[in-house]
Amino acid sequence: MAESPDRGARRLPGGKPKYSIFSLLRNARSYHQDWQRAWRSPEPKKSYDAIIIGGGGHGLATAYYLAAVHRMTNIAVVEKGWLGGGNTGRNTTIIRSNYMWDESAAIYDHALKLWEGLTQDLNFNLMFSQRGVLTIAHSWHELREMSRRVHAIRLNGIDSDVLNPDQIKKLVPMINIDPSIRYPVMGGFLQRRGGTARHDAVAWGYARAADDLGVDIIQNCEVTGLRRKGNRIEGVETTKGFIKSPKVGCVVAGHCSVLGAMADVRLPIASRPLQALVSEPIKPELDTVIMSNAVHMYISQSDKGEMVLGAGVDKYNSYAQRGSFPVPEHMIAAAVEIFPILSRLRMLRHWGGIVDTCPDASPIISKTDVKGLYFNCGWGTGGFKATPGSGHVFADLIANDQPNKIAAPYALDRFQTGLLIDEHGAAGVAH
Amino acid sequence: MLLIDCPHCGPRDETEFSCGGEAHIARPLAENSITDAEFAEYLFWRDNPKGVFLERWCHDAGCRKWFNAARDTVSHAFLEIYPMGSLPKSDAGKAAYAGSWRRKTASEAAAKPSSVKGGKA
Repeated sequence: MAESPDRGARRLPGGKPKYSIFSLLRNARSYHQDWQRAWRSPEPKKSYDAIIIGGGGHGLATAYYLAAVHRMTNIAVVEKGWLGGGNTGRNTTIIRSNYMWDESAAIYDHALKLWEGLTQDLNFNLMFSQRGVLTIAHSWHELREMSRRVHAIRLNGIDSDVLNPDQIKKLVPMINIDPSIRYPVMGGFLQRRGGTARHDAVAWGYARAADDLGVDIIQNCEVTGLRRKGNRIEGVETTKGFIKSPKVGCVVAGHCSVLGAMADVRLPIASRPLQALVSEPIKPELDTVIMSNAVHMYISQSDKGEMVLGAGVDKYNSYAQRGSFPVPEHMIAAAVEIFPILSRLRMLRHWGGIVDTCPDASPIISKTDVKGLYFNCGWGTGGFKATPGSGHVFADLIANDQPNKIAAPYALDRFQTGLLIDEHGAAGVAH
Repeated sequence: MLLIDCPHCGPRDETEFSCGGEAHIARPLAENSITDAEFAEYLFWRDNPKGVFLERWCHDAGCRKWFNAARDTVSHAFLEIYPMGSLPKSDAGKAAYAGSWRRKTASEAAAKPSSVKGGKA
């Protein structure tokens, strides 16, 4: 048998060989045939200390932080399909923290600070690129409102600058600042620390690092029921049998109401399709993320060269993972006028994901009336950017059975107390 | 793209309509005697089924009238369209109505005239 190419390699805390230029060279000698698997595919054990339902970015991040920060390593992630096959692989990968309310600033900037060191923490290239996120205004009212918001955001220590059309033109040469178009560019605000990351890599990086610490990641295993004994969770019924656990965290985005119903937990969530599309790839042209509230449009260029465009949510509930054509059509009509070069590009792919929209456009990170059952949902149209922060605080909630300072305002009881975190329109983009 | 059969105007493109969300949410009349948690059921808690969903639609760009519909949230098929103020008549619609957790909530019980002293709102 050939000698393992990873002999003598530097290792992750759990013993997995690290990825590095040296491991690349070592593995080149065996024609890249002997790379270690990034994670195992174990059969579920009979019981775990905690089970996370949902193998997307948020769920895998939760598992990783449970193991890395709280030393809970006898845990499992149960995923009905494949890792990152839901909204983690369907979003437009935008990262920013320019939210207005203090509670939002706390959690989204917590996430952004984690993003900044995440590639090193996970030893996985997340292609995190702080290329700046520019939100454009199309009316005087919107511009004034934007200035007000920028001041509020800056008071929370989050970078934001208002730009005029000439400054925007300099930053984004392909933009059309002609004042006569339907959605004229009157100004905008820029968060320079914002940007993009490779969405699949986020799921894979967390999965590999969690697996390294002993977390069982069980794919193709659908949860079919939540077993309760009185007011306490006992475990999950799955297509691979019953798995016992005193703690169950649900991180399933669009399907959270379906899962909640299995344990008689009700949520204020509406599941809606959110659509995105990419163009054929072109040479580097756009090195900023641009978003528009009024149009419900966001655009960036991927490292492959595709223009990635996202639209607003569809107007009716759906679990179909596809949307309605008028929604992207409206977005494209405006995008083509604002960025005339787009008119010559062909669309390569178009897809939808089911997002869990919440009445106040803020997430739910909460205990429930069922002891040991936790929900992390309601991220709606903007969950990707929060992935590390969401997992970090949710792991804290599960491990300690009480929310930390960042997570506390996101409890379900805010819908009874009225202490909503109303980010409708207050966030950098309309939800 | 949906073709929605408006009960007044006939089949029209979905862009003419807006969706008003879950149907049959009754406002509690005994609002001062129920708890905040129970009032939240009415105000914020929403049915969000994967399958048959009873919801309200408005033909915005046509007759501007509201109607109810039973629609499948996976196939998007409209199973039944029925007037405001009435209950579904199809088997799928009836099952969705009876099966909704909302039927068992305190907020719905508090929406019945009998929940208020003297039987009047």
